[in-house]
Amino acid sequence: MRLLLVLGYIVLAPLVGGLLAGLDRKLTARMQGRIGPPLLQPFYDVKKLLNKEILLINNMQYLFAWCFIIFIVFTGGMFFAGGNILLVFFVFTTAAMFLVLEATTTNSPYSVMGANREMIQMLSYEPMILLTAVGFYTATEAALGQGTFTIREIISMPVPNVVYIPGIFIGFLFILTIKFRKSPFDISMSHHAHQEMVKGVTTELSGGMMAIIEISHWYENVFLYGIVAMFTLCAEWWSIPLTVGVIALTFFLEVLIDNTSARVKWDTMFKTTWVVTLIFGAINIFILQMFG
Amino acid sequence: MDYIVFLILFPFLAAAVLAFVKNNTVRKVVVYTSCGLIMAAAVAFAFWHFTEMDGYEHILYLWTGEETHIIDHIMLGAEFLMMIMIIILGIKNKKFFAPFLSVVGTGLMAWFELSGRVNIETNNLYSDQLTVIMFLLIGLVGSLICIYAVGYMKDYHNHHTEFKDRRTFFFPMLFVFLGAMFGLVASSNLMWIYFFWEVTSVASFLLIGYTRTKEAMNNAFRALWMNLLGGLAFGIAVMYSISKLNVITIQNLVDYVDQSAIVIPILLLSFAALTKTAQLPFSKWLLGAMVAPTPTSALLHSATMVKAGVYLLIRLSPALYNTTAGMMVALIGGFTFLIASMLAITVSDGKKVLAYSTISNLGLIVACTGVATEETVWAAILLLIFHAVSKSMMFQAVGAIENATGSRDIEDMHGLIMSLPLLAFIMVIGIAGMFLAPFGMLISKWAALKAFVDAHNIILILSIAFGSATTMLYWTKWLAKILACKAHSTKVDYKTSPGQWFSLIGHALMMIALCLSLPYLSRIVVEPVIAQVYRVAHVSVLTPEDLIIVVVMLVMIFVIPFLSRVIVKHTKSTPNLEYMAGINQGDNRTFEDSFGHIKYNFLSNWYLTDYFGEDKIWKPVVAVAVGIMVVCAGLVISAVSGGGLL
Repeated sequence: MRLLLVLGYIVLAPLVGGLLAGLDRKLTARMQGRIGPPLLQPFYDVKKLLNKEILLINNMQYLFAWCFIIFIVFTGGMFFAGGNILLVFFVFTTAAMFLVLEATTTNSPYSVMGANREMIQMLSYEPMILLTAVGFYTATEAALGQGTFTIREIISMPVPNVVYIPGIFIGFLFILTIKFRKSPFDISMSHHAHQEMVKGVTTELSGGMMAIIEISHWYENVFLYGIVAMFTLCAEWWSIPLTVGVIALTFFLEVLIDNTSARVKWDTMFKTTWVVTLIFGAINIFILQMFG
Repeated sequence: MDYIVFLILFPFLAAAVLAFVKNNTVRKVVVYTSCGLIMAAAVAFAFWHFTEMDGYEHILYLWTGEETHIIDHIMLGAEFLMMIMIIILGIKNKKFFAPFLSVVGTGLMAWFELSGRVNIETNNLYSDQLTVIMFLLIGLVGSLICIYAVGYMKDYHNHHTEFKDRRTFFFPMLFVFLGAMFGLVASSNLMWIYFFWEVTSVASFLLIGYTRTKEAMNNAFRALWMNLLGGLAFGIAVMYSISKLNVITIQNLVDYVDQSAIVIPILLLSFAALTKTAQLPFSKWLLGAMVAPTPTSALLHSATMVKAGVYLLIRLSPALYNTTAGMMVALIGGFTFLIASMLAITVSDGKKVLAYSTISNLGLIVACTGVATEETVWAAILLLIFHAVSKSMMFQAVGAIENATGSRDIEDMHGLIMSLPLLAFIMVIGIAGMFLAPFGMLISKWAALKAFVDAHNIILILSIAFGSATTMLYWTKWLAKILACKAHSTKVDYKTSPGQWFSLIGHALMMIALCLSLPYLSRIVVEPVIAQVYRVAHVSVLTPEDLIIVVVMLVMIFVIPFLSRVIVKHTKSTPNLEYMAGINQGDNRTFEDSFGHIKYNFLSNWYLTDYFGEDKIWKPVVAVAVGIMVVCAGLVISAVSGGGLL
């Protein structure tokens, strides 16, 4: 069963991720009063990229880009195998670091600027990520008497985790915007043209290598929605439709925020994220540990 | 026991010989042979320990009678000599606080000892698995650093002709220091530990002041007074436990039946350990110590001396569990972990980043010992091992880079992978070992976080959550600098001496071996220590499933580079020019801007000084740290006196 889930993730995640990306573009277009590209446009894009010539500055880019996708897939695989959430997050962060290295190794100004901003993003969201893991542990402790980082056990509680950790959920949704590279926090790389940092961390990637980064983002997004699901999934049957609904709502909200807000400066993002982490994350855990 | 006595005494002998060796070649021979002997003895001792014991036993050496009294007197005499030296140097440099502390400390101890208050027959030496771990670290890492120092100091004096060549002083001090460290970890008698503790403080002071510049002397005296203050606390703790509790060994102190009776000595000893490990508010001395030549930084301030404090805390940990002293240690440690990692973001001097990261990592280890559950002490010991090896290696690599390029600034390490590929590779191993999944430090951090959550300590949880983020930032940006490929770079034509390479590669191999053997390291080496410290039969912290994942990741780390070589061979790609904010001049280094000027493409890291700058956060931080200490000490004292009144 677990092996099937992992294989399912490896095979299906790019399809789901690509479809979500297509849906995202469609929805965005509708919000802006356009018709938008076909639903399968992201797949056409990646197919085209794969057939294009690869222009690279140096071979180190290969190494780090491959490290990035391998570690992202590994993260998702561990996650869907139901392993240790803390370990999953550690590997996830390591993957993010490889993207930074891919950008800095080019020594190209726009890549490096993107990489510097990417590092600030990591600095911003990392505390909340760790607190999310702590939150699940504390929630299971409050509900079952014995805390656990094991994903299988976290999602088979009698009630959804979010009942115990609503603050953590809000904090996580907040940093999700950074991870999805959505406005107002798309400061290191953006899907939109006409911007001051060209294409940020991926400026110097092209052709097949760019396609690989795109696909890894699909993998990454599916994994991130998986984390969202952890908040609502529980041992009851009704938690499954609930989870689907929450994910759909999250998706819609992310697109809405993306379309209604302008990119902020990096320090605004950094400050607000840490404040949100402290207010929603820390206080939630503190209360749960005191009275849970 | 022969090994232990040899390892304590032999370094002093080597030091005595080295004080008279002026010839470079002879010095090299003496240092190499002595280090070889020390390493061999340390390994033999460990081997003997592992084969003769099952790891869960310990040995008391009942070494009593007249001969130990003679040793006690020799130690007292040595303390007086150190005091006189400190006074003379203090008057010379117009520094009076450190001599004052020295006089008070030595005077008190002398009065205490000579007035015949110490008449408890005891075992003076002791060894168990923790002793073995410390012996291996001091023996292997310490000796490699001494080997490295031979080549390094030669280069150092070629580059810095302005400083007087005092190598006949430098090398003896390194060995004195090694001997003192061996003595410290092998002693069971608190008086002995105190003596060796003071020797390490003084050796550190002398080595920091090596260049005798004004800055060096200032920093040396700062290090001295902070460490002597800790030493004074240590001394009082010793006197208290001997006269009030009739306890003279550290093991008996920790095992004392009435836990409420030992809170004062435990608090004082913890305080001493916090000064030694350069925790806030005493962190300045370790930063100042960076003016010393690199081997000093590597040996004293990352690999061994600061570990003396950690070692003491690990020994004390059963008595720290769930006490006010433990709370103080944990809070100070967690706070230091967070703050020092923030400060590390703001500096670009490579050695300074290493210093801050040392303080920060020590903070994590200290916090683990303060929480003092089985898991956290397990994590503390693993962190200690990994940190000692990787920090020592990185200090040496930065030292070698500085000798080669004339700079140890991280900005100048841009593209090091092209200009000094081998040294850059060593740095990469070190940095990866410090923070990257799945290497050792991270596993320990994981255990620490889990234990902090179990302890329901929200402050420590937040420290580790935010501290991990800041830690990641300063390592990632350094790694990124090193791995940047600057076009048309040439290799720096510089030969690092074979002795230095021997040490660097030795460290790198140790590091890789430690990572690969992590499951065994945990089961065979570390878990028995926990079992001994906590008197439990068996401990296991990592689940087998997690271990498998860790090993898979390790394999990935080694396989991916090869895999990517294959992929590169089978993928067609075209070299391309970078996209610049102007016309790339074709060399990927210069571009023409909108005014038609040719500009050089210069890239710099971010330092976030507006947020984490030392001038911004230092004062409030010290105030908070002092506040924590005062409150905790107040709590202990009021509890004790309240109990007395009742």
